[in-house]
Amino acid sequence: MDIQDLIIDDRKRGVFRVHRSCMTSSDLFQRERELIFDRCWIYLGHESEVERPGDYRRRTVAGRPLFFVRGKDGQIRVFFNSCPHRGATICRRDAGNAEVLRCFYHAWTFNTRGELIGVPRREAYGPDFDPSELGLKKPPRVDSYRGFYFVSFNAQGEDLVTYLAGGRDYLDLVVDQAEEGMRVIPGSNKYAMKANWKLLAENSLDGYHLIPTHRTYVDYMTGLGTDDSGDTLAARPPGAGRALGNGHCVSENIARNGRPIARWHPIFGEEARERIARVRERLVQKYGEDRAYRMADTSRNLLIYPNLLIMDFVAISIRYIEPVSPDRMKVTAWHLVPREESDAALTTRLDSYLTFLGPGGFATPDDVEALESCQAGFRATEAEWSDISRGMLTPCPGTADELQMRGFWRQWHANMQGLDTTDVQDGPPATSQAAAASSEAGDPGHCRTGER
Amino acid sequence: MTADGGCSLRATVEEFLFREAALLDEWRLEEWVGLFTDDARYVVPSTDLPEGDPKRDLVFIDDDIIRLRARTARLNSRYSHRERPRSRTRRFVSNVRVEETDEGHLSVSANVLVYRFRSGEGAPYVGTVEYILRRDSGDLRIAYRRAVLDLEDLSWHGAVSIIF
Repeated sequence: MDIQDLIIDDRKRGVFRVHRSCMTSSDLFQRERELIFDRCWIYLGHESEVERPGDYRRRTVAGRPLFFVRGKDGQIRVFFNSCPHRGATICRRDAGNAEVLRCFYHAWTFNTRGELIGVPRREAYGPDFDPSELGLKKPPRVDSYRGFYFVSFNAQGEDLVTYLAGGRDYLDLVVDQAEEGMRVIPGSNKYAMKANWKLLAENSLDGYHLIPTHRTYVDYMTGLGTDDSGDTLAARPPGAGRALGNGHCVSENIARNGRPIARWHPIFGEEARERIARVRERLVQKYGEDRAYRMADTSRNLLIYPNLLIMDFVAISIRYIEPVSPDRMKVTAWHLVPREESDAALTTRLDSYLTFLGPGGFATPDDVEALESCQAGFRATEAEWSDISRGMLTPCPGTADELQMRGFWRQWHANMQGLDTTDVQDGPPATSQAAAASSEAGDPGHCRTGER
Repeated sequence: MTADGGCSLRATVEEFLFREAALLDEWRLEEWVGLFTDDARYVVPSTDLPEGDPKRDLVFIDDDIIRLRARTARLNSRYSHRERPRSRTRRFVSNVRVEETDEGHLSVSANVLVYRFRSGEGAPYVGTVEYILRRDSGDLRIAYRRAVLDLEDLSWHGAVSIIF
């Protein structure tokens, strides 16, 4: 099948279909690696994971073993986790602290700047042996935005801030909630699914599945006296699904229950009420009513294309998807919290996180089931297409519509054809001049998330 | 305490743990949650931080009795999709060690192996479970249950969808 036929995008009739070979084909998986993961900015980690000089973290990014380490000068540097000598992995734990980095195989030693500083019996190499040529190799580009570090294996291309496009404003809405910056707390939830990685990108933005898939969660919240009682899709505020350019997308909701940052709810307890009111006051003073409202009273599931999700609703989760094979992904989730939050505030936040999120929560296990179930269903190769048309003819799609998923898929489809960008909105394909204007139409301002 | 006091104490605790394992394998979850005290806590730390403290760190599970009851109600619901149809499980509990605490409670640890089978696949959860047991008019009750997985991640199972 030709790449260009993998997606049916009929904007006039409102039909959007994805060919299921996109989730099963080894050839397409390899092509994704080359045209998406080897070209885009890919999430690596958060600055707070390496607070002290010598702190390091090991990661797999786009299939490559990497690690990042904070030097004595305070700089974070990223290296391929492979000894320049023979290739052994140098960093052999997921996290730790080291003065120097020594390969166990032949004991070549590097400082945290990646310079080769020790070679046993060096005299045997002859006079032209140059340690400066044998330092740890770095990925072509590394950059960070407000504490989030990304790497690109493509030496050319747009800088990170340009790449983030409309996703940048949403990252700001998350980070600005904290007075003293954000930190990732210790511990991560590592799990995996027998499903294609793109299904989790979709699922994380999908408001349509909430009631049927997560009914037990909704029932639990109802039992605690939240206002989810009598919850139906029709009764919920629609929220907004948006495509933010470059494949970044968001599903934005008006919070019905509490948000640990600054929307109190009885579930948090009476003692939290005053504290949360004070935080809210600070946000209003600093950012004004409108922006404080968005931080405190709206929630967002943000996809930074292709494989990073910032889930900012019951708490803030960083969710990183690592494609392993067409039918398998690994997932790591971290919990991002404001640095200044006290014991009591942190307890509220941790508790809120675990109810919904994580593979031991009341919702995530059922998402795992849903995605593995889809992948199993794809073996029925005669059933060729998945439908993602919901709300395609709606002027202001809500979170139960699927513009935010179509935005992801349109970018994916463009990249797979060797194109850098595409028109990700639902309207008729734009001319280049109109495309510039439609980036405004795609701006979050054009459809409000809801009435205040 | 008699000369065999230590042994009979362990036998009593083992009997309790074997009964608990049977309740879980037989999916008698309401009876199982009835073994807990009202101030109990059930904790499963993250695989990369087995010593994790749920007050500061990210864990998989940190339930008080309200959420633990809700967890069992959820697992009994037909909408608990990850366990519908239910998985088959078989638990093996061994290496039981018992110490009396200063407060007169029992600090217990046991090695636990749970095989879980579903959807044509099977894999184990392996780890150690630590308990604080209280004596309550002749019966033992669970005041604290911390299940620490030896797995490096949840890649075999995708979730902690049963009680480990």
